[in-house]
Amino acid sequence: MIRQDRLTRTLLKPLERPGVGWMLVVGVLAVVVAFGGFAWSFMMWEGFGLTGKRWPVFWGFLITNFVFWIGISHAGTLISAILRLVNAGWRRPVTRCAEVITAFALMIGGLFPLIHLGKPWLFFWLVPYPNRRLLWPNFRSPLVWDFFAISTYLTSSLLFLFLPLIPDFALIRDQSTGLRKTIYGTLALGWRGTTQQWHRLETAMQIMAVAIIPVAVSVHTIVSFDFSMAPVPMWHSSIFGPYFVAGAIFSGIAGLIIAMAALRRVLGLQEYLEPIHFENLGKLLLTMSLLWGYFTFNERLTAWYGNDVAEMNTFAATQTGSYSPLFWTMVTVNFVIPVIILSIRRFRTITGCVIASVGIVVGMWLERFLIIVPSLGHKFLPYSWGTYSPRPVEIAITVATFAAMALLYTLFAKFVPIISIWEMRAGAHTQESAPTRESVPVDARLGESHS
Amino acid sequence: MAHRWGMAVDLDLCTGCGACVTACHAENNIPTVGDLQASRGRALHWMRVERYIEGEFPDVKTKYRPVMCQQCDAAPCEPVCPTYASHHNDEGLNAQVYNRCIGTRYCANACPYNTRFFEFFNSTFEKPLHLQLNPDVSVREVGVMEKCTFCVQRITAGKDVAAAAKREVKDGDIVPACAQTCPSKAITFGDLNDPESRVSQLAESPRGSKLLEDLGTRPKVTYLAGAEFA
Repeated sequence: MIRQDRLTRTLLKPLERPGVGWMLVVGVLAVVVAFGGFAWSFMMWEGFGLTGKRWPVFWGFLITNFVFWIGISHAGTLISAILRLVNAGWRRPVTRCAEVITAFALMIGGLFPLIHLGKPWLFFWLVPYPNRRLLWPNFRSPLVWDFFAISTYLTSSLLFLFLPLIPDFALIRDQSTGLRKTIYGTLALGWRGTTQQWHRLETAMQIMAVAIIPVAVSVHTIVSFDFSMAPVPMWHSSIFGPYFVAGAIFSGIAGLIIAMAALRRVLGLQEYLEPIHFENLGKLLLTMSLLWGYFTFNERLTAWYGNDVAEMNTFAATQTGSYSPLFWTMVTVNFVIPVIILSIRRFRTITGCVIASVGIVVGMWLERFLIIVPSLGHKFLPYSWGTYSPRPVEIAITVATFAAMALLYTLFAKFVPIISIWEMRAGAHTQESAPTRESVPVDARLGESHS
Repeated sequence: MAHRWGMAVDLDLCTGCGACVTACHAENNIPTVGDLQASRGRALHWMRVERYIEGEFPDVKTKYRPVMCQQCDAAPCEPVCPTYASHHNDEGLNAQVYNRCIGTRYCANACPYNTRFFEFFNSTFEKPLHLQLNPDVSVREVGVMEKCTFCVQRITAGKDVAAAAKREVKDGDIVPACAQTCPSKAITFGDLNDPESRVSQLAESPRGSKLLEDLGTRPKVTYLAGAEFA
């Protein structure tokens, strides 16, 4: 039975033949991404010296991007998993948008440990692969932990994204012909909508939702270990794990709000991505903003009160020195503005949430930068202090990552319904006043009970 | 007994002439990068002479401290390397395996002394400098970290000579380039496991201290100075 109700029609509409506008957007984004790829190739060809890295600041924009994108990836899976577990009804149109962000942000972020290598063509030496020389990576190195953390998170995020897609793939398969039918049919993995299949899908999603939360938390903790394990002023701190995880979720929600607002407008999903969703995510964002402010205050206060000589040099450079404009911008856009906008109900509109979110994305990027660079430039021996400014290749690569995110998202929304159709349907039925059991279609009723 | 190489630098003897820096460049095939790259922080000085100037002009006093890899016993650069390019060898040296290095630069960030350097470009030696390359030392390629090795090639050669003569390595057999060239003989090198060696005795000197000792890195370089330096 193929039902073409209004919901299915609206949500499948973006999958139709693309228009000129879509082509144009994809074309422009692809050019920007290609330029970033060119910049990276050029950097490999000419030497790593094309970046602004220098003695003693050996990490800069590239590692900032790494931490930032891994942070953005916490949007998705973590939020979506928590909302599924607590069975928040309003999650239905939100989860897939979020899960997609996770998958793509991880792919982008995961590239940076490769891009930033002096010899990227030997990246596989980070991987414990069997080899004749019996060489292993150094399991004591946080960079090797990174490899395991990110590959685990990427695998589980892709699974978590894919599982709830299966019934939607089947739906598209049933409505298409030709090659399209073959492709979506393959992706649907023979889904027939039987009771047993629904039951298995529910179980699998339940397991994944529970399992992915510790994975997500551990990933950004391990990313923070890249810094906190080294005896560098202001890095060597036990607050970094939770601080990074909180910041990651914070920037993730902001990224999600921006993506949802864009989808809503571009794909005409006003009916499904309603103000209430932004209102709820806005509250979550407010909570995270307060938490971020709390962590930042803690980190700064203990450093200042401890009055360690080396730490105070970094502290002063960030607080009042040459990095202070960046620092106070970060505090303004991460804390002051979001708290003002999001704590006043009248401002907690879609526009308000988007304004706060854009600021937060910028602010969280700055936070990563301010963690990495001032510390490296102010280590223990004043003779070896230094500063850092990016050079064109790094800027090109950074811009390209944002374009890559937009490009992947645009392409994904063209081939896959960005809002889960079967979950929306299931939700629509539960909201009706006391539906009789018989009036609910079998697939919808079964789909509901998973959560 | 295994050797444990160490160094002592007498700051009261150091005149800040920089001969050790030049000798180090020549011995270890360290490229010079030119003024533009040097201004961008790409100069590679495995050994540097830190200058600290005290007082107000004209009543100023300059203090010099030659700083090279401190060959720490608890080296922060070693555990962070994902490929074991930076590792501890049997004689206590922080060895750097260039062919194993993939250039994460994590070791350089972890090093509190900033004595690690990165090859930002493939090194070039303009004629006639290419004729003075040391055949015992590899020329590093782009994308790897490098640092002071305590002239490991001279250590190996010294042990080979001693083994060929069927004797133990004597104190003073092995002299790194910086120590050999120092006009005021401020730098002493030797085996810390030999209690009779000059470096062992200097390491025990009441004038001695370690650089950034509080960090617990247990360096094998001792700096000697009178009370006025400390």
